[in-house]
Amino acid sequence: MTSSDRPAAVVSCDGLSKRFALKDPTKEALTRVSFSAASGAITAFVGSDGAGKTTLLRLIAGLYMADQGRLTVLGVDVRADPKTVQTQIGYMPQRFGLYDDLTVEENLDLYADLHGVSASFRQARYPDLMEMTALGPFRQRLAGQLSGGMKQKLGLACTLISTPRLLLLDEPTAGVDPLSRRELWDIIRKLVQSDRLAVIVATSYLDEADRCDHAVVMHGGKILAQGPPATITRMATGKSFSLAARDGEKPRDLQARLLGRAGVVDAVPEAGRVRVVVNQDPAVDDLTRIAPEFSDALAVPAHFEDGFMTLLMTQTPPVDAAADQAAKARSGPIIQSHEGEPPAISVKGLTKRFGPFVAVDNVSFEVGKGEIFGLLGPNGAGKTTTFRMLCGLLAVTSGQLQLSGADMRQNRAQARARMGYVAQKFSLYGLLSVRENLDFFASVYGLSGARKTQRIDAALRQFDLTAMANVGAAQLAGGFKQRLAMAAGLLHQPDILFLDEPTSGADPQARRDFWRRITDLSDQGVTVIITTHFMAEAEYCDQIAILDSGHVLAQGSPGEIRLRGKSDKVNDPTMEDAFIAIVEAARRIDSPHIGAAA
Amino acid sequence: MSPPDATSRVIHPKLTRILALIRKEGLQVLRDPSSFAIGIVLPLILILLYGYGVTFDVKHVPVAIVYESPSPDAAELTSGFTLSPYFDVRAVTSMAQADELMLNRQVDGVIFVRENLSRESRLSGAPVQLIVHGVDANRARIMQAYAQGALASTSIRQIDETGAKSDDTGGVGAVTVQNRLWFNDANDSHYFLVPGLIVLVMTLIGATLTAMVMAREWERGTLEALFVTPIQPDEILIGKLVPYFLLGLAGLGICVLAARFLFHVPFRGSLWVLAFTSMLYLLVTLGMGLLISSTLKSQFLASQMTQLVTVLPATMLSGFVYDLHSVPAVIRIISYVVPARYFVSLLQTLFLAGNVWSVILPNSFMLGVVAAALLLMTRRVIRKSLE
Repeated sequence: MTSSDRPAAVVSCDGLSKRFALKDPTKEALTRVSFSAASGAITAFVGSDGAGKTTLLRLIAGLYMADQGRLTVLGVDVRADPKTVQTQIGYMPQRFGLYDDLTVEENLDLYADLHGVSASFRQARYPDLMEMTALGPFRQRLAGQLSGGMKQKLGLACTLISTPRLLLLDEPTAGVDPLSRRELWDIIRKLVQSDRLAVIVATSYLDEADRCDHAVVMHGGKILAQGPPATITRMATGKSFSLAARDGEKPRDLQARLLGRAGVVDAVPEAGRVRVVVNQDPAVDDLTRIAPEFSDALAVPAHFEDGFMTLLMTQTPPVDAAADQAAKARSGPIIQSHEGEPPAISVKGLTKRFGPFVAVDNVSFEVGKGEIFGLLGPNGAGKTTTFRMLCGLLAVTSGQLQLSGADMRQNRAQARARMGYVAQKFSLYGLLSVRENLDFFASVYGLSGARKTQRIDAALRQFDLTAMANVGAAQLAGGFKQRLAMAAGLLHQPDILFLDEPTSGADPQARRDFWRRITDLSDQGVTVIITTHFMAEAEYCDQIAILDSGHVLAQGSPGEIRLRGKSDKVNDPTMEDAFIAIVEAARRIDSPHIGAAA
Repeated sequence: MSPPDATSRVIHPKLTRILALIRKEGLQVLRDPSSFAIGIVLPLILILLYGYGVTFDVKHVPVAIVYESPSPDAAELTSGFTLSPYFDVRAVTSMAQADELMLNRQVDGVIFVRENLSRESRLSGAPVQLIVHGVDANRARIMQAYAQGALASTSIRQIDETGAKSDDTGGVGAVTVQNRLWFNDANDSHYFLVPGLIVLVMTLIGATLTAMVMAREWERGTLEALFVTPIQPDEILIGKLVPYFLLGLAGLGICVLAARFLFHVPFRGSLWVLAFTSMLYLLVTLGMGLLISSTLKSQFLASQMTQLVTVLPATMLSGFVYDLHSVPAVIRIISYVVPARYFVSLLQTLFLAGNVWSVILPNSFMLGVVAAALLLMTRRVIRKSLE
């Protein structure tokens, strides 16, 4: 009941190793991992894909048995007695472990019964959980009909029903909008404070790790560093700068130019400027040798992400050669003007109804040639529906859709030949090799003969897939799969590229790599329309629109949108602050309850 | 803070967990239209399809009788066919007309009665030509036999009338075989098919439904969450068995009622024995489905595999369609590894012969052994581990 008579370390492991016999890309190995987690504290596992975060969580949960090393959870040796451990912990796997065809209440009842929670205790616990998760009004709703954010909260509630002493969460916020993410974290923090719970979270959101008590940075099955997040952040102290782009260059072009340069650890567009982390000592080295823009650089406080990137850089060989080449190729600013040309996409009053339900209501926007347009919004806001209409996959109920000035509805086939589409779930053939996949998609787009071979080779080179040309697509790691999907979508050299949540669940490095390619494409005049849950990625866009319940709530340049997050409390709003402020304000007017989006 | 007090932990939690799993599975069955379709709708469709559509009986065969010239003897002959339940007769007057009917498949046979029937029949005794549509050889042979029967009955009548002449004519119909079909008096193939159908339905419910359920939990990742609870593998197994066991019994009930009241298949054994042996067979098919599902962990693979190793053998090698006594020895030997064969023997015995213990006991024993083996193997496969 009380925490004082309990040993502080809820989880402790020493020299833990785990290998898998089969080469399965979903199973990550671990090598001599040691760490401990205390009660009343939140521990975050961060790292790239394949770092071993999920494996470590599963070892703690007794779902895998370690090959070597010692692992005790709540004072019990997991290998000797997994059952006792499993009785006392809560575990939420990546897909939450909910039964879609059971209601909210039935899911809760199931887990309560499995944990042997008594009826009287249940009566006391349910109202708490319902209040905490705001799921009270939806007790009779099938779990399959809940929004992503609500599912996550229900998954969490199911693990909390038995009042576990340790909570394990595997990427609980992947693919979830900022609003739901914040709600989930509020719940977790409250629990830690009130129940002295120990929580271990695997996450690909570095800002989440920053707000934990203990961060464990993993890479390739090993722990690179651990400690309070501040110790990770400190690795970049004095090495973070904010640069302004010059001569009308876009920040993302400057960022792409800097990324991969020797001496540069990381660069991201931020607030209309570029945030750069260097690995040289600014007191000694002349940073303007990296780029002339450093002459009027502002030193900025380091973030957790800066420290994380610095740490990864020290451990892994510097950026791949291709990125370096690409960076060198960008010797000077690329300025292209497409003024005077008709917009690549023009949408007026776009509406989609499914029966009485209005999924997309009177949406209008224009995207110029070579621009990057971001569609942001909570789960169920109508982003995917809008996308499908733009691609001609879904009939438009009313409104106008023009591609380069031509009505999309009249010559759909022609329009489609000029579009590339990368769906949320990559539509690749797992049993075909990379080259065979590309060959197939090239044929589908009507390429043949020498031109086909030439396009496939170009795509392999452009996406650094040449070395993997004969590897089966199912064997590729997440980041490579995504590159292959993009390569396939670009084979026929479309003018417009649609990307539906391409970075969901991707690690920070993979996302940077992805955006570097997007910036390249945009420079080549390809118009890009993209949806994302990472608000920081909105900074790469020329224009963004925030959608909720089928309405456009805000639209404009990232700078304009960011300003709308300004309030008494928040002086220097991030894109995420702005997003939450805008969506919440709209929902307050619309309906009293938040989080009801299906 | 901690869940229930220690005293009630000893017996109750296990039962609570099993009941929770059964309830969960039951709700899923009720809400999933495909479970309901396979469990209840499919048996009904199969019963109607096999019961009414598929029949090996030859009845109401359309035949043409060609009279070159009407005569009293010819009329006599016609009555032999028209009175038969096996033939629907169309009278025509020329062979050309009959040919055309045959070519259009409007008739399946032609009986050609020669002009001088009356005289010739008294001299040689063979004035009638029978032509049978031979595409379906089986059916053709049966028709042939029936037609000969019909002609023979005419001859007998003639013999009776002419009395003394019987010694001279000899030939057709002098001696008749008295047919008696044991266990299938009415020569009705439903007697044979419906028990077999019960086997098919039970296999479909037992194996097809359960083949999906474990794999579905693997694919949706729900099993991973279930594992990190106090739950035990045997509880998962029981939780999966019970709902589908009950569903299978419902399917069995539908089939037995249909057999009895729709197709009037006699039931000569005891209902209790039927219920007991059916439960054994249900455990066999459930065990197969769960074993396949838990091993393959993919709904697609599991459903394909189930078709291959359970449903197809249950149809082809169980004695349901082909009587195992009339198949080559090799196939008969292979059929011994198909559990459905034991259940088919049991059902055919129970429906058509009665409680023949010398058949029931060894077959039930085999089913029991297979069921126990499969369930034990499944229990071993379901481990609380993701490796």
